[in-house]
Parts: sequence; C-alpha cells; structure tokens
Amino acid sequence: MSINKDEIKYLSLLSRMDIDKNEIKDIEEKLTKIIDFVDQLQTISTDNIAPMAHPLNQSQRLRIDEVTETNDRENIQKNAQQIEKGMYLVPKVID
Amino acid sequence: MPNSQIHNMTLVELKKALNEKNLSSREITETLLSRINDFDDSVNSFITMTSDQAIKEAMEADKKIANGDQTNLTGLPFAHKDLFCTKGTLTTCGSKMLHNFIPPYDATVVKKLKNAGVIMLGKTNMDEFAMGSSNETSYYGSVGNPWDLKLSPGGSSGGSAAAVAARLVPAATGTDTGGSIRQPAALTGITGIKPTYGRVSRYGMIAFASSLDQGGVFARSCEDAALILGEMAGLDELDSTSSAEKVPNYLESINHPIKDLKIGLVKQHFEEGLDEENKKNLLSAIDTLKSQGAEVIEIDLPNIGLSVPTYYVVASAECSSNLSRYDGVRFGHRTENYENLEEFYSKTRGEGFGAEVKRRIMTGTYVLSAGYYDAYYLKAQKVRQLISQDFKNAFEKVDVIAGPTTPSPAFELGAKMDDPIEMYLNDIFTIGANLGGFPAISVPCGFVNDLPVGLQLVGKHFGEESLFQCGHQFQQLTDWHKQTPEQFK
Amino acid sequence: MSSQWEVVIGLEIHAQLAAKSKIFSGASSSYGGEPNTQACLVDLGYPGTLPVLNQKAIEMAIRFGLAVGAEISTRSIFARKNYFYPDLPKGYQISQLDLPIVVGGQMSILNNDGEERIIGITRAHLEEDAGKSIHEGFDDSSGIDLNRAGTPLLEIVSEPDISSASEAVAYMKKIHSIVRYLGICDGNMQEGSFRCDANVSIKPFSQDKLGTRTELKNLNSFKFVEKAIQHEVMRQIEVIEDGGEIIQETRLYDSDLDETRPMRSKEEANDYRYFPDPDLLPVIIDKDFINEIKDSLPELPSIKKERFIESYKLKSTDAEVLTTSKQLADFYEEVKKLTEIDAQIVANWLIGDYTAALNKDDLDIVDSKISASDLAGLLNKIADQTISGKIAKEVFDAMWKGEGSAEVIIEKKGLVQITDDSEIENIVNQVIENNPSQVKDYLEGKSQLLGYFVGQIMKETKGKANPQKVNEILKKKLI
Repeated sequence: MSINKDEIKYLSLLSRMDIDKNEIKDIEEKLTKIIDFVDQLQTISTDNIAPMAHPLNQSQRLRIDEVTETNDRENIQKNAQQIEKGMYLVPKVID
Repeated sequence: MPNSQIHNMTLVELKKALNEKNLSSREITETLLSRINDFDDSVNSFITMTSDQAIKEAMEADKKIANGDQTNLTGLPFAHKDLFCTKGTLTTCGSKMLHNFIPPYDATVVKKLKNAGVIMLGKTNMDEFAMGSSNETSYYGSVGNPWDLKLSPGGSSGGSAAAVAARLVPAATGTDTGGSIRQPAALTGITGIKPTYGRVSRYGMIAFASSLDQGGVFARSCEDAALILGEMAGLDELDSTSSAEKVPNYLESINHPIKDLKIGLVKQHFEEGLDEENKKNLLSAIDTLKSQGAEVIEIDLPNIGLSVPTYYVVASAECSSNLSRYDGVRFGHRTENYENLEEFYSKTRGEGFGAEVKRRIMTGTYVLSAGYYDAYYLKAQKVRQLISQDFKNAFEKVDVIAGPTTPSPAFELGAKMDDPIEMYLNDIFTIGANLGGFPAISVPCGFVNDLPVGLQLVGKHFGEESLFQCGHQFQQLTDWHKQTPEQFK
Repeated sequence: MSSQWEVVIGLEIHAQLAAKSKIFSGASSSYGGEPNTQACLVDLGYPGTLPVLNQKAIEMAIRFGLAVGAEISTRSIFARKNYFYPDLPKGYQISQLDLPIVVGGQMSILNNDGEERIIGITRAHLEEDAGKSIHEGFDDSSGIDLNRAGTPLLEIVSEPDISSASEAVAYMKKIHSIVRYLGICDGNMQEGSFRCDANVSIKPFSQDKLGTRTELKNLNSFKFVEKAIQHEVMRQIEVIEDGGEIIQETRLYDSDLDETRPMRSKEEANDYRYFPDPDLLPVIIDKDFINEIKDSLPELPSIKKERFIESYKLKSTDAEVLTTSKQLADFYEEVKKLTEIDAQIVANWLIGDYTAALNKDDLDIVDSKISASDLAGLLNKIADQTISGKIAKEVFDAMWKGEGSAEVIIEKKGLVQITDDSEIENIVNQVIENNPSQVKDYLEGKSQLLGYFVGQIMKETKGKANPQKVNEILKKKLI
C-alpha cells in the first residue's frame, strides 16, 4: 500500500500541519514504509475478537458533582501569547 | 565520608548517610550539581537545571533531618523526565512546540515525590513527545550514551537513563509507552521499571499514547527503584485510569526468596532477531535465577510477532489526537507567519513539531480516517486483545516472563534515523508489556562488545513485587549493575 | 408550500445539564462569568491534564432516558470527535458514538390538527460543550472564551419522524418540558442551555427514498426553529423545482435576515476520526442504580395530564397546558386542595388571569406575587358567594399589587356581594323606573336588552350584586 502526494496533503490538512515542499517526498516514502509494515496485521484472522481499548478491565470511576476549581485565569494565561479582555486571541473566525 | 564518593552512592546508601548525619543534603546536591556542570556538556542529559531551587530545598531538608521531621525521601537528589509537568519550571517534552511552556501545576508523580522529600536537580532530555527510541528526535539535541558518547542511550527517556548511568543523579523518572524506560535502561546499564498500567498516575504526564503510557523510574539498583516506586504509585482521583489496587511495601518484599517462583522463557524470543552474545547473557542470567530455586518453563506467545505493527497503529492513532491541543492559542509555540485561521494552525504546528512527531501524527490520522479505521485501528485493537490474551494465558503457568530487553546493545547516533521501521524494531521485546498493561523491569545482565545489555522481566498485572524480588536477588548475585562507564567513575 | 412535497425533519437537541460542575472537571458550569474565569486546566486542554467523569451527568442522562421510555446502556463508552476549531481547546470533543448512554425512546406530540403523533428518539448521548468565539470588538482577531467548554450536554437525537416546522416546535417544546420536569436542564434558551440543530430534507410523497438533507445549526428559540425550517423547506423546494440539486451541507440560520446560508467553516469534508477515548474507561451502570433513579422520577407530564383529566374532569387542552410545567401543575394542585370551588374554575383562573399576570411582569411561577393559598382564599370567596367572579378579578389585581389578602381587600373596598333579595329588588325597580323606553322595547320583543338592564344594575351596585339573582329578579319583574 503506498501513500501518494494527495493523501499526504489530505493528512496534512486534517491534522492542520504544514508540510514543507521539500519534506513531502521524504514523508511519502517513510509513511509508505510504515503503512506497509503495519499491513502485517492483515495476515491474522481476528474474527469474533473484541477490540481492546484499555489494558485493564476496569470501569470508569465517577467524580462527585462539586466545584473544586477557583479562578486562576491570570496565572494560567501567562502561557498564552495573545490575550485581550481576558480572551485568547485567534485570527478572525468566519462561521 | 568523602564527597568524592557521593555520585557512586545509591539512594539507599545516601538515605542512610543523611539519617546518620554523615552527609548533608546540601553537600549531596551541590556535589551532583557541580558534577552535572562538569559532565553534561558532553552527555546533554538535562534540558533544564533547577540548581538554585535545589540548593534551597536541600537546606530545608537538612533542617528537617536535624529536627527529626524527615519523610521517606527527604533530601535525596532526583531528576524528572521533561515530560512531567513541574509547577513554575519549564517543561518542554523535548519539543520546540513547548519551548516556552511553564506549567502552573505539578504532575501527581512530581507532587508525590516532592512530598516524600526528593530534591529535583533538573529536567531531563527526551525524544520529542516521547516519540523515538534513540533520543535523537529531541529539539534540544541528542544525548550521548555514557558508555560511548558516539552511541545513543536509547529513548525516549534517554536523558534520565544517561544521567543515572553517568552518575549525575542516582535516580530519575521516565515514561514508557513502548519501551522508553526499559530500552534506555538496558542500553546504559542501569535498572528501569515500567509499572502496571494504572499503577502510577498519568496526571501531569504529557500524553503520547494514553492507553500505553506509564510513568516509572530509573535507578542503579532494584532496591532504589523499589524505594522510589513505592512513593510514586497509587490511586489518583485526577486520573480515572489509575488503579485503586493497594500499593505494597516493595522494599520489604524485595528480600523474599525466589525459590519456587516460576519463570517463563518465551519460545519466540529465541526464534529470530536475538544475537548470539545477547542470547548467551540471557541464558546465563536465567541460570543465576535457577540457582536460587526458580523454576524455568518454556511458554508460547503466538502473536507477539505482531506487537510492533499493532503498537504503531494504536500509539500513532492516540498521539494524533492527543497532540491536537497544540495550536498556539493557550500555550506553547505560536507562529507569527499567517494570513488566516487555517494557516495559523498549520504553520504553528508545522513549525512546532519535528519530523518524527509529524510522521506519527500523520500515521495516526491516516489509520483513523474514513475508510481506514476498520482495516487499521480496529484491527490493531483486536490484535492487541490477542497479544494481551497470550500473556494472560502464559501467566496462568508462570509468575514472571524473562527475556532480553533489546535485540542488541547501543547503536551509533544517526544509524537508524533514516529507517523508521528499523528504529521501531528496537522495541520488539518491550512493546508487548505496554499492549497488555503488564509491569516490566530491565536489569543489567552483561555486556556485548563492551556495551551493557539488559534482562527484561515481565510480571502479572500489579505483580511489581515479583519483578523487584527477582531483580534484587539477581543483583545480589551479580555485579553488572555496579559497572560504571570509565569516563564517569 | 407545494403540497406534493413531503418534509422530513430530524432534530438534535442539546440540553445543558444542570450540574454544578463541568462534565470532566471541577470548574463551575454556571453561566455568565467573566471570560475564562471558569475554565480550568482540564477545560483548557492543558498538557498532562485528564478528564474525570461527573456522576451527576450520568444520573441526569439516565433520568431522561427513563422518562422517554428508552433503554439505558449498562455499558457505555466515550469517544473523541477530532476537529480543529478555536472554541474546541483539545482539538477533539469528548462525546459518544457507539454505545451511547440512552438508546431509543419516544415522545408523543399533538400536531396542528390536534392529532397525536409519535416521534421516535434514536438516542441521547453525553458530551462536552465547546467554548465561544467572540467576533466583535477585536481588530483582525476573534476572542475565545472557554467558560462554557466542558459544560455537560445531553444531545437528544430524534428519528426523522417530524413532518413540519410546527411539529418540530411541538416536539422541541415537549422535550423542553420534560427536561425541566426532571430537573436536569434549566431550559434557558437565551443563555443557550437548550438549543437544537435540525436536519431537513424534502421528497415527493410518492418516493420512499429520503432526499438529501441539510443541517441547520444552533437554533436557540422556538420561533427560530419554526422560521429556519420553514425557510429551509421553501429554499429546497425552490432549488428542486428550478431543476437544481440539494447539497448536503451545514447551514446557519441568520435571524436578522431571516434566511439560512452555508457555514463556511464546515465546508470541507468532515472526517472526525472518532475513536474510543483512551483517557476514559467504559461506564458500567448497574441495574440497581437505574432502578433507584426510576423510583425517584417525578410524575411525568403525559401521565399527569391523564390524571388531571381523570380526577379533576378538566378539558384535555387545559390539562395539557397545566402540565406543561411542573411548577404550574404543582401550583394548580395546591390551590385545588385548598378550595372547594369547581376544579375547572381553578384551571380557568390559572390559565387565564394568573398566567397573564405572570407574563405581564415577566415572572416565573416560583416568583409569583400571589401564593397558592392566597389564590385559594380568593376563589373560596367566589365559592361562598361573598363576591362574584367579576369582582374577583378586581380583587385579584389588587392582590397582585400587594394590597393584601382577598379577605382584606374585599373588606377594605366593601366589595361583598349583594345577595339579599329585597335589596336587589329595590335596585331592579329603580332601574326599570329610570329606563321606560328600554322597558317598552324589551316588552315588545327586544329580549337582548336584558343584558343592558343587568349592566345598569351592576353599575349601580359597582358589580356587587349577585348576577344569578339579578337575572332571576329582572325576568320576574319584566313581564
């Protein structure tokens, strides 16, 4: 199974990750190798096998409905580079 | 006690010296800080040093000890992999994406160890977002293997492993998603344990692949590792996948004899990929365990050959989603070079992530995308079930599964960077434990071409005690773990 | 609307659950805080943080499921829906795809013709709400407020059983009523606590295959639901009748322009890459827990309505109105308990004057200015003939203004009804005397003039005369 340039572009779009033109060929080659490699999985039958999402057979623990957090905006927003009126700035969103 | 010996002391020895007031925490801390200062230019095992804070805390620790107020680990030097969030201290995860990230909180592991009294000397180097097996994907440069600085210490927790091996710090945290503690431990000649999934809280551990990631520890002996793990482990209300299983006293049970313990040898490990020297070391290690009365049984893990491809599908899928939060808005790298929202995202992420991380994100995106989900992701989850079941079947017969940690000793930096598959296959023996969530430890068991290799022991869920017991008995009878790289004696 | 087109609508209702904290964090989920003051590290998707599920959200989802006759999944899982959007901090929304907590169920509604229609509920699942993007007030940027991020949502997905805009509104109102009955959602549509998306398509009646649907986003009032669907249906008919084709797309309703338009941000193909969230384990719900919740459910509107018809002999439409809100229904029963007057009269009062007064002052029933016992006090004065129904309205207004109880007001204003025959007779005689020409006309056959005399008598007595007696005596005298 090979991955072509268009698929690379689609993956780059879906994952919102700019790929430099010079990188495309390398990524194409390596991704093809990786997918070829994982294609080994197709060699084994998994009929009637339940998929496993978690290593332990446990169930979800639930939290009691309580407010435990207090406002720490000022401190938290020190990691953000653009803040205005307490809000995080992004390039204009068009719905 | 001469300060010139401090770096060679284990945690247990340092603890004794502190309590007997033969050494002060300040002496220990300053000695190691100056040693890091002298040696780490060549090793590059630390990304950030927290020297001032460390000395301050060491002085406080000395006061506590003087007053008899010490806790279990008061005054002991330590380092954290730069993937654990540390309040007020830069936490990069080895990535440009987080080159400026200062967490406003401590990871649960960091908090627990801090409460137990450790002094953090700094944050250690690692593969970017823990993706790599050689520590070469770090934005902060590769790490040298103390046994030969031209070689890789392994990864992803290469910085912690190298720092402990170079006697810069007696113990450090690591995280292990597919072997990232055990493989570097083996390649640098130290002890490293990845506990059962859920044994240690993942809260504050920057996620790579959530269903596989588990925090653990590097040390120079099983005893030290047991001392630390006892403080790290336990239920955390902030991590719903952490286990409520009681944390035993590992240090106490470590001395129990291994007579009648059943050790499994995996048939498949001997069929391919294991070099002769390595095999010899392994068999001699098994003989040592046998000499203590352990029973050795051959076991079968029929699907273990598929563990690496299974892992690359599952881990990539989870990472592609886990790393979506890095968008330049609330923390981390933010591009200055954009026209609109789409470009803002893709430039921020394109600039912030390195090549290996990008490949994994794209692989993960691919295996989850419409039309491929069943063939790859779902398939991998089913094979994961089969592999995990193989282990469970084996554990019906044995207490511990023994084998090599890696196929071969440390390789040269740069040697495998062009071939992702070859790099991935480094983890061929370690990944199974992550897929099934089983605890596993690597202990030094000899040398191949003058380079250390490790014996891996995999245990039942929450069977860390057996691993420590086995490892400790082995270390009582061998001195592989006491070997020190010439340059760092 | 051309009658050859059958309209097919499915609604996805988003109800914010009335939990104190977020679905996966301990931050407050209350509305209206300063931007980002209620967004904690988990809500912000900070590296290393993990979600922990709020028990209340599970409990509330189960309450809803039981109330609509659905099946509760004893094993339920959370999945990640992956996409990039500024109001979605983690780059994925934690939601449910396979194994949602509530499966199936149904809701009966009355359509415009008063006929009962059953609308199937496909599923209801739990998920986290997103934050908000603010577009105004920033130059080339949008501001992101993540207070709402992580607020627990129950998404209630209907079958495509709805066949008109008005049915869609009726269904939505019914769900709105249920969630408030259950106390799981405050239903405040202005604050976005209750909103919906509509999937709309049309097809010729003769055709089985469904037409291509469009999704209308974020309809946050009953009026907008109705208008947006009406417009979308018209638009689709026009497109098809002009020989065009409907494109499957997401459209936004613009209430200012009263039109729908495609959403730019949703143009690209949706490939959400759902997969089970590895940070959350399967939720296992044991049967005992479900039964416990079942036992604690309040009487639901449909059952209550039947009981009201049965035990109070109310008109079906009145029973329907009274049971729309639990508070109103409870209020009704409380008043009813305290008065001997006919149950239908109590209903008339509540649906009429009382509701009108609440609406006029824009008040909720819990903030009502007249308590149930005060209202019962007033109605008792009608029952024992102290005052007439008409005078009662005057007393009611005074009570609403806070002038005191019915007793006090009647006393103070001297509004006690005149029931004494001789007193009424005197007034009747006087009125007959003063209106000779009307009396003549009446006796010549203009029987509708009786009302005129009644009016005159009421004017004389300031409305205090007992109307039945006035009628009786007038008729006797005017022979």
